[in-house]
Order: sequence, then structure tokens, then C-alpha cells
Amino acid sequence: MHTDSIVTVPNWVLLAYLISGVCFILALRGLSGPESSRRGNRLGMIGMAIAVLTTLVTHVPYVGTFESAPAYDTYMPDPVTIGEILLAIVIGGGIGLVTARKIQMTAMPQLVAAFHSLVGMAAVLVGAAAYLNPEAFGIAVRITPIASPSIVSIFPQSRIEMGLGVAIGAITFSGSVIAFLKLNGNMSGKPILLPLRHVINLGTLAAILGLIAYFTKDQAAWVFFTVMGLSFAIGFLLIIPIGGADMPVVISMLNSYSGWAAAAMGFTLHNSAMIITGALVGSSGAILSYIMCRAMNRSFISVIAGGFGAVASGGDAAAIDRPYKRGSAEDAAFLMKQAEQVIIVPGYGMAVAQAQHAVREMADLLKKQGVRVKYAIHPVAGRMPGHMNVLLAEANVPYDEVFELEDINSEFAQTDVAYVIGANDVTNPAAKTDKGSPIYGMPVLDVEKARTCLFVKRSMGGVGYAGIDNELFYRDNTMMLLGDAKKMTEEIVKALG
Amino acid sequence: MDFISILSIFVLACFVGYYVVWSVTPALHTPLMSVTNAISSVIVVGALIAAAAAGSASSKWLGLVAVALASVNIFGGFAVTARMLAMYKKRDR
Repeated sequence: MHTDSIVTVPNWVLLAYLISGVCFILALRGLSGPESSRRGNRLGMIGMAIAVLTTLVTHVPYVGTFESAPAYDTYMPDPVTIGEILLAIVIGGGIGLVTARKIQMTAMPQLVAAFHSLVGMAAVLVGAAAYLNPEAFGIAVRITPIASPSIVSIFPQSRIEMGLGVAIGAITFSGSVIAFLKLNGNMSGKPILLPLRHVINLGTLAAILGLIAYFTKDQAAWVFFTVMGLSFAIGFLLIIPIGGADMPVVISMLNSYSGWAAAAMGFTLHNSAMIITGALVGSSGAILSYIMCRAMNRSFISVIAGGFGAVASGGDAAAIDRPYKRGSAEDAAFLMKQAEQVIIVPGYGMAVAQAQHAVREMADLLKKQGVRVKYAIHPVAGRMPGHMNVLLAEANVPYDEVFELEDINSEFAQTDVAYVIGANDVTNPAAKTDKGSPIYGMPVLDVEKARTCLFVKRSMGGVGYAGIDNELFYRDNTMMLLGDAKKMTEEIVKALG
Repeated sequence: MDFISILSIFVLACFVGYYVVWSVTPALHTPLMSVTNAISSVIVVGALIAAAAAGSASSKWLGLVAVALASVNIFGGFAVTARMLAMYKKRDR
């Protein structure tokens, strides 16, 4: 004898989840332009509200169990549980809102990594909850053999979905925690290379997949929790060998994983909102990873394998003192004042020095003197896709003055001054000429084609994240402005004023 | 819903995602990440089901913690996206 516990879901519920899924699609669609994006974001919120309310209404907690009160109208709503759920939302929501308001724009990469880890952890917890109470999710049957206690058997298909969801969620969690620590500077951005790491990683991955397959035969707790533990471990192992410069790829990849985790949970719960969202987020992260890899001319596999930037050699490793021209803030101000067009090339160094506001001030003064000012952004400048655009927007730089690599690269030849601030590898001409260079083939900004290239850099000693020297420093038309990016720019502002 | 209908939704949504994301302007890639982050917290649906269900105390507590974590993400993700999007301005002429 057994009781089938699959609950038939009313049509309006299915419809509500579908609408919320459509809202999420429109939220992403809105991001095709800054004007429509704000409406898109509101649609996203509406979609989320629909999904949450639908779930709350259809899953009102009741006092007692199914056995004690088999008829629907004898159920009593359980105010304690309702209160606990609302409290959880208020606590979580409060933390979220305060963080969102206080966070500095330069810290966005860390914040996004932290948020990814929360999605991953939530997926793991939901998976574990579904494993412990499968009947609540309608993914199990209760088998009651004669004269023995009843057994709750989870559907084999649900076991695979659940196993995959927990595994991807756990990888997202531990991977994002490492990414967060690296981005936040709690952990060195240098790759940590374990011996035999490829063997260890592939072995762990194989073990996870094998155990998920075995899970369909035996729903024992050790199988489920070993899958979870191994997945936490592999997320950690996968990210520690990846260096700071590859973080834009890592963070996009983890974005993708958090989507696939949600999709896998959607399969388990037969929920279309979760499946649509999971697919959207999954493809979004995958596309961003692809764009980032292409912008560095590296294959996804080589990024995942890690180790980039581990050795500070390559190119011409010899630390010969080559002659270079050094300029002062006054020289720079003079050159820019004379210019017809100035292109500003920001990089991660601008974010670190918080120099975006000073840069905007400088651009304002130049514009007042009749100089045309544009900004050129390389896709991997900064530590996450679009990082520089957000910082410039924060400093009130109008977005129609900011251009992507392929739209502005041809303009450097007709530009008087290129002002490179905190960017290095993305301007290195070696990527175009030196076949031996580790960044050979990477698309770079042609700043050396400008009449003068002003290069702001802390000192001549440091190298970019790829750990290679930049030919640009020693060119005749390059003037090095040595000093802190923010201080140097402020001095130029003073000299201009 | 049977498995095939769910799989159909999933596959079609992957295609929608592919085309929609390619149309996102590179300048908005950071808000794209934060908003995808917020919407992937729709996993809160599963957390709410677990938190509301009777029958297993441990499952309920896991659900409640998951509700709190997902809420951080939902409120934080949408709020930070809104904050960023509000900064993108055109040249005033």
C-alpha cells in the first residue's frame, strides 16, 4: 500500500511562475540601454515579488501534519512558522539593503562574488532540506510494507536533479568564497599551485558524478553528504590556482554556475520560474566568460587550468635600465591643454586609487578649454565585466563619452594625447608584435598611436598582472607620470585650473 | 508538469538567454551580473517551501536559513543594481 504524494498544482500557480519568468527575461532585455535598464530592473523586482507571493500563498504553513488532519478545511494556519519566515526575510533583506547602500563602487567585484556565494549556499540548503523532507516537495512516495515502518523513497530522477543542484551550488559557494577573498585582498591574488592539481580535480569531479549516479540506487545519507562535501572541496580547489588577472573570467563563470544551480533546483521542484531564471543566468554568465576570454585571447580551458601570472618572467625578463622620459603634472597639463582630443584609458589601478572623481574633474576642465575628451575601455580592464563603466558613471561621466575597444581603437591615430591611468597589460603593444609574449594575440588599445601617451604609474618597478614588461614605457612618444594615480591626476587638475 | 515539458522550457529559455544577453551593452555588464545575481535568488521559492513544510524540523530550519540568505541577495542585488543604473547619465546639453 502506498500513498502518492504528488500534489496537483493549480493552473493559476503555474501561470504565476511563468509570468515571473517572463519578467526576468524582460529585466535582462532592458539592459540593452541605460534608459530601458531602470524599467527592466523594476520588472525584475515585480517578477520576484510574484514568485515569492505565489509560493507563500500556496504553501501556507499549517498546524499539525497530514496524518493528524487529512481534510483541508480542518487545517489551522501556523502563525509561529509564518512569523519565522517573515523574520528570516526581514533579517536577510535588511542586511542586503544596508550592504547595497553602503558598498563602494570600487568594491563591486567583491560584492558580486559574495552574493554568488549566497546563491550557492541557498541552493545547497534547499537541496539538503529537500533530501530531509522530500514529501514536502512532492518528490517522493511513501512505501508502507506490511509489518514494518514506512519508507519514504525519493524518485530516482529527482535524486539526480537534487544531486546535481547541490553539487553545483556547493561549487558556486566555495569557489565564490575564494574569489571574494582574492578580490577583497584577504588572500593573495597570486595563483596557488598544488602539485598534481589536475589529477586531484579530475578525480574529485569523477567521484562526484559517480556518487550522483550511485545515489539513484541508494538514497543513503552518506552518499548525499559526500557529494556535498566533495563539491565544496572542488569549488575551493578550482579557484585557488587562478590568478588575480583572470578574476573577470572566474566571476562570470561563478555567475553562470549560480544559474545552473537554480535551474537544477527548478527541475527538482518542477518550477518554471526557477528553470527560466536558471537558464537565463546560466547563459548570461557563460557569455560573459566567453567575452572575457576572447578579450584576453585565452581559451576557457587555459583560464580554468590556472597558473597565469605565476611566474614573473616571459617577454624580456632582463631588468635592464632602459631609458624612458619622465614628466611632471605641469608637463601633462600643458600637453593636454594644447590638444584637440584626449582619450582617457582607465584600468584597475584607477579603481584601487579611487581616482575616478579626479579624472572626471580633469576632463571637465579640459572640456572647458575646448578639448574633446573621450574614454576608452578594454573589456577586461578592472576585475569584472563592465567594472570601469560603473566607476566612471559613479563619477558622473556621461555614458556617451565612454567607448568600447572596437569602437574607439581606430581613433588613437588622430588623437593628440592618450592618458593611461592604472591600465597596463591592455595597452601593451607586445600583444601585437611579440610572438613570445604571454599576452600575444590579445586585442589591445592602440595608445602608442596617439601623438603623446601619458602613462600614470606608481613606479617603474612594477609590472602588470601578466607579469611582463611594457614596451610602451620606453617609446619616444611616451611620457611617464610616476606617482599615485589619484594624486597625479589632482596635481594635473591644479595645473590646469 | 512532466519531465519533457520542463526540459522544453529549460532548453528554450537557454536560447532566449543567449540572444537576450548578447544584446546587453558592454557598458552595463556589471549591472547585468548583479541583476542576474538577484534573480537567481528565485531559489527562495524552494527555501520557502521547505520552511513552511511540517514534518521535519531540520528541513524547516535549513529552509529558514536559505530564506534569509536568498533575501540578502534579492534585496541587496536589486538595490545595488538600481543604485548603479541610476548613475548612468547622458551628457547634459
